[in-house]
Amino acid sequence: MKKKGAEILIECLEREGVDIVWGIPGGQAIPIFDALFDSKKIKLVLTRHEQGAAHMADGYARATGKIGVCVATSGPGATNLVTGLATAYMDSIPMIAITAQVPTKLIGNDAFQEADVVGITRPITKHNYLVKDVKELARTVREAFHIATTGRKGPVLIDLPSDVAKTETEFEWPDKIVMKNYSPNYKGNPSQIKKAAEEISNSKKPFIYAGGGILSSGASKELKAFAEKTGAPVGLTMLGLGCFPGTHSQFVGMLGMHGTRASNLAMNESDLIVAVGARFDDRVTGNLAHFAKKAKIIHIDIDPSSISKSVKADIPIVGDAKSVLPELTKQVLQRKHSEWWAKIGEWQKSFPLLYSRKGALKPQYVIEQIYEMTKGKAIIVTEVGQHQMWAAQFYKYDAPRTFISSGGLGTMGFGLPASIGSQFGKPNSLVFDISGDGSIQMNIQELIIAVEHKLPIKIVILNNGYLGMVRQWQQLFWKKRYSGVDLSIQPDFVKLAEAYGAVGMRVTKEEEVKEALEKAIKITDRPTLIDFKVAPEENVLPMVPAGAAITEAIDYKDVELA
Amino acid sequence: MKHTISVLVENKPGVLARVVGLFSGRGFNIESLTVGETEDVCVSRMTIVVGGDDMILEQVSKQLNKLVDIIKVIDMTEKQFINRELALIKVAVNSGNRGEVIQVVNIFRGKVVDISSKTFTVEVTGSDDKINALIEILLPFGIKEMVRTGAVAINREWQKEETKKNK
Repeated sequence: MKKKGAEILIECLEREGVDIVWGIPGGQAIPIFDALFDSKKIKLVLTRHEQGAAHMADGYARATGKIGVCVATSGPGATNLVTGLATAYMDSIPMIAITAQVPTKLIGNDAFQEADVVGITRPITKHNYLVKDVKELARTVREAFHIATTGRKGPVLIDLPSDVAKTETEFEWPDKIVMKNYSPNYKGNPSQIKKAAEEISNSKKPFIYAGGGILSSGASKELKAFAEKTGAPVGLTMLGLGCFPGTHSQFVGMLGMHGTRASNLAMNESDLIVAVGARFDDRVTGNLAHFAKKAKIIHIDIDPSSISKSVKADIPIVGDAKSVLPELTKQVLQRKHSEWWAKIGEWQKSFPLLYSRKGALKPQYVIEQIYEMTKGKAIIVTEVGQHQMWAAQFYKYDAPRTFISSGGLGTMGFGLPASIGSQFGKPNSLVFDISGDGSIQMNIQELIIAVEHKLPIKIVILNNGYLGMVRQWQQLFWKKRYSGVDLSIQPDFVKLAEAYGAVGMRVTKEEEVKEALEKAIKITDRPTLIDFKVAPEENVLPMVPAGAAITEAIDYKDVELA
Repeated sequence: MKHTISVLVENKPGVLARVVGLFSGRGFNIESLTVGETEDVCVSRMTIVVGGDDMILEQVSKQLNKLVDIIKVIDMTEKQFINRELALIKVAVNSGNRGEVIQVVNIFRGKVVDISSKTFTVEVTGSDDKINALIEILLPFGIKEMVRTGAVAINREWQKEETKKNK
């Protein structure tokens, strides 16, 4: 049967199992939206800014493990997706972005609302396509989904000129896709696995360093079995939180700049690091010259270019965690490592996560109360900054995909739209957006989407009147010269919430925290925003200064209790 | 160390930009780059000469391998290979030194392909060392203009035993 390009596109999305897309139309995108109008399977959510659409698709993908899809028009619509695509790319999130383009004969002509979107997004997508022939469209969409969801996942963009969207052709669904140059390796090399298993069995002080790759591989169970057999401590990257239970006795905490001292010290003192689905990011390793000098490194990752990028691996294993970990578990010897754990226990005792409840309401207290009230069962989405780190430190994540945050790119304004996307994907879950007064203002316009679709997300603003993380750096390393961080002139967030049709509350004292949260959790037909006025100059600690060795952290007691 | 990287790619628009983007995105300066069709019209071969730290170059070649339109990446430097470049050099001459210039060009098995009252245009092929040597010798005569293609490279069919084992 003959179909128009736009109809082919929508039918392909339906066949790929897409049931929701986020986007905003525009002149060149009308054919696509016209075809969406007839779809019985795909729900269209009209956002207020394309960046919101991208982050919603991203949040949906992170919460569900499915692929997120967003649609934008040519030119400014497409360029507004850029931050969202870069965010998803840095964190390996599977996404499809569809952008309309000016008609093929106008491409390169500086036409109205034209931008070289394929050129602009080339370094921030896993792959991208400009479809100039409608006959190529169905195959392109299939390839795009295949690329986005296999190997190291990531966003793929399809740029569709409006004349191609309007041209008719015979629709043929390609049953199979053959891509001779693209075939990610899932099974690890057996002899490398054998070597690794021997090293693990012989190690006296092993350390498991796991990250977001465990979540995208769906290998949480496999990781737990492996960790329990080896008896090794487990430290997680921020994006890995939830891939190993936060309440497990072998969990030593988040790694890196604001990680627990015990986790960082144990990784640095270990004689063998087993890195799985993590990439030795600079925020985790600190100064490379001093990083884990005594350790051999086993690095398991599906992306060969992640291995030996910053830290040379002694035993590289290219493969999927879900396939490699069970093989390793089979071959390693059961161990307890009592001596090693005694040492780690000392660190845990000497360097607990601390904060003082003296003075004004503390943001850490709010996070702890959210943990108590939700029994750790909520989906916690964050923006970027101090609140993000407190949410990572003071909430224990037991289940995969319950901590959702922009890690690699660190995108302020991610949280609100991502929490909306998460709630669309997980309608029965309790979803929080932990936010700061800076981040929340970066995409506040999307609040109306939660109102329109009756999404009961809970927006928690830890309001300290500053761009707090930058202020913290300025306090500690820039002689308290608070340049460009004062947010004390701000909207009344309670009234703002009410103006949008959400519920707004304000909390200024510890005694009010629990009651406000209880009230918020009971509201099920609209979003709730709680403005927590917290101590303005509270710091995220411990903190490893940029450029220092990962063991050289500044502790809470050094700064706040000195 | 200088590396000669041979990249087989799908012959379609945008591929060159993807490849070059990987280098420029890491602040690498490409010394030379050539692209042309291969025996298969759907496949092009790029020869890229680039200098830099071995670990970073390994990283770049892994990143190249990840690109969907890339078929194969070969670091020629790990093996024995033949490497040729073509240069056209416009050299200033006068009635007194024409003979000398021709002699030099002959020694380098070059050709004079254009002539005017004041210049010779010399064509020469060879490794970059050879071309550099010729340039150095022609320099005192006065080089008015010059263009070089950048290296093309192909591996030797016969490889020394130890390089085979390494592979």
